[in-house]
Amino acid sequence: MAYSATADEHHDEHHDGPAPGLMRWVTTTNHKDLGTLYLWFSLIMFFVGGSMALVIRAELFQPGLSLVQPEFFNQMTTMHALIMIFGAVMPAFVGLANWLLPMMIGAPDMALPRVNNWGFWILPFAFTLLLSTLFMPGGAPASGWTMYPPLVLQTGEAFPFLILSIHLMGISSIMGAINIVATILNMRAPGMDLMKMPLFVWSWLITAYLLIAVMPVLAGAVTMLLTDKYFGTAFFTAAGGGDPVLFQHIFWFFGHPEVYILILPAFGIVSHIIPAFCRKPLFGKASMVYAMAAIAFLSFIVWAHHMFTVGMPLAAALFFMFATMLIAVPTGVKIFNWLATMWRSAMTFETPMLFALGFVFMFTIGGLSGLMLAIVPADFQYHDSYFVVAHFHYVLVPGSVFAIMAGVYFWLPKWTGVMYNETLGKLHFWLTTIFVNLTFFPMHFIGLAGMPRRIPDYALQFTTFNQMATIGAIGFGLSQLIFLYIVIQSARRAGEKASDRVWEGTEGLEFELSSPPAYHTFTTPPTVR
Amino acid sequence: MSTNRLKFAGAGLLAAFALLLSGSAMASGLPPLNMPEGVTEISREVYGLHMMMLKICAVIGALVFVIMLTSIILHRKSRGVTPAKWHESTSVEIAWTVIPFAILVAVAIPATATLVKMEDTGGAEMTIKITGYQWNWHYDYLDHDIEFFSNLDADSTQAYQLGSDLSPLDVEHYLLNVDEPMVIPTGTRVRLLLTAGDVIHAWWVPEFALKKDAIPGFINEMWVNVEKPGIYRGQCAELCGRGHGFMPVVVVAKEPADFEAWVAERTGTE
Repeated sequence: MAYSATADEHHDEHHDGPAPGLMRWVTTTNHKDLGTLYLWFSLIMFFVGGSMALVIRAELFQPGLSLVQPEFFNQMTTMHALIMIFGAVMPAFVGLANWLLPMMIGAPDMALPRVNNWGFWILPFAFTLLLSTLFMPGGAPASGWTMYPPLVLQTGEAFPFLILSIHLMGISSIMGAINIVATILNMRAPGMDLMKMPLFVWSWLITAYLLIAVMPVLAGAVTMLLTDKYFGTAFFTAAGGGDPVLFQHIFWFFGHPEVYILILPAFGIVSHIIPAFCRKPLFGKASMVYAMAAIAFLSFIVWAHHMFTVGMPLAAALFFMFATMLIAVPTGVKIFNWLATMWRSAMTFETPMLFALGFVFMFTIGGLSGLMLAIVPADFQYHDSYFVVAHFHYVLVPGSVFAIMAGVYFWLPKWTGVMYNETLGKLHFWLTTIFVNLTFFPMHFIGLAGMPRRIPDYALQFTTFNQMATIGAIGFGLSQLIFLYIVIQSARRAGEKASDRVWEGTEGLEFELSSPPAYHTFTTPPTVR
Repeated sequence: MSTNRLKFAGAGLLAAFALLLSGSAMASGLPPLNMPEGVTEISREVYGLHMMMLKICAVIGALVFVIMLTSIILHRKSRGVTPAKWHESTSVEIAWTVIPFAILVAVAIPATATLVKMEDTGGAEMTIKITGYQWNWHYDYLDHDIEFFSNLDADSTQAYQLGSDLSPLDVEHYLLNVDEPMVIPTGTRVRLLLTAGDVIHAWWVPEFALKKDAIPGFINEMWVNVEKPGIYRGQCAELCGRGHGFMPVVVVAKEPADFEAWVAERTGTE
């Protein structure tokens, strides 16, 4: 693709800098500022959720309760999941979208800037509400992030706060998603037709539709929980004629597309980074788009594979098994396309590429264990065991989180105008990779050997692998301090000046801009040829 | 140059971890790594499916990793290669869509066959109703006049407490032992009916490859035919509150004659 910049933003953009002082961040409607806010918020939540994971792992270091009571342990598993999913991974992707989508499609800003501001500023309130439950009588929610009734209805005073914070997160996500769809469909530069759009834009267009489709479903489910608890309804209470399994169906109708909300933008990011450091165009771009669309469609008809053990009719179990297995096909296409991109390319291995390669490597492991989980008879053994914990952490940590970090390393010099410390970046990658595998790989073994998930204490034969996992988790957590240091250094503009192209093999409109870009970019749209 | 130093550092770390791993594995003997084969026809089929999937996934994974590593080693800029220009091939794309699909069809067939067998709950020779409570199991023998609760044993209960002076290491079958196990006869098709009295629980014995949710207001069904006498242990598998980790499942399978004796003893003394 070729571009011509019709406006030279270097001397055309003297007006409208950021407002001075702290109010800049409260009142801003600038996509770059909001992207920054989202990313910082996500990083803070990553450390908050991570410290909860360390409480979990510390308790599981040896058999017997050694640090916390079981009820607090359950609060930690619940809060860790809610914070990592809704507070760390999703806002990180929205932050990347905010920074990048307008620059990638040649738009001056997001289509709905005020909605954008509101969407972000809901989040600190939502998570303050959620975290405040830790200090309430009865403690934080302890029913697992899946909130299955009747157990969740035993939550104490935290219950309405949990529901309200989930509503707020949902509103924030829906507003972000509407904004992204509106931006992509209306604000592309002339000549940028849909199939010319970069893959990160494509991945977010699909993700945004998933969000709009399923967040209201979650809102409905948790509202029914609320009325069951306080207003005498019996949607999910068997004693009142309700159906506890109905909740699981509704929840996972949200939950499975949610899983892809957490991974599709990662596919997009990796599809930018691999070609850049391979110095070779992405293999099969069109099929990458079709694969993502196919995955998104399938995500709506596989939800019950999260609940094969509830006891469903044979025909239903077979349907959900076959549909789930089908997802392996488009996912395989994506992996193979990345491999084909690497084949006969000229690779270099800067930090973003290392994280992207780590992503492909370890996401493959997570994807393959996912295929094993689809096989219903075997799933009866895997279900709710540590095998599942290993599986979804492989797709979420070396999957989504690695892709986010790859993206940050890739575009951070563009955003700040300075290169980060490459040696430290590589050290961060290697330590993270070693520890992430030390943490999560042994979980496959203890799961297969019969250790259920969400237990605060375990039988003696599981000790060795739990100890490995705990050592890995502590190492993983400490390694992220390197990342924090690197990001802070870049934010302080400490480092060598980055070029406009940043990396040798980059392509795309965002790399036509200066590093750092002006506060307002593409006020006159570029023409894409 | 700093990159080279980093590579050495990385290699050193890897070696250190390999040592650490092998060291800790040797210290305690190798703990269980894999799914048990189990003691029923169904559990062996499930194990077979699991191993088949594991091998297929291992081969596919190895293929992906080998191709990737080959590219990483050969197709790197530092070797002075020039990147190829191609970026599309419809025939290749069709191939790697169709071949995985064919593999999936091939594994779906045995998986379906096993599932059909597992779900066929007819022909039961005796029935036990299992009810999950916070936090114990209740067993009700519908064909005999026997019912009882099954709780975590006293030693485990004492040892798991925060600050307990009884170490879990000194408790036999820590957290996997109960005061009164469920007893079933071998070589008999036993139907298990599952429900719950408060929240959702799940009854799981890995040696039987059976796991099903016990749900208030629902009755779930499964069946087991154990071939060998023995004691089989499992746990609740669905988060059910603070005692979720402390409500094990223990099943004792006895020869039919021994089982009859157990029934006589139970009903005689009650």
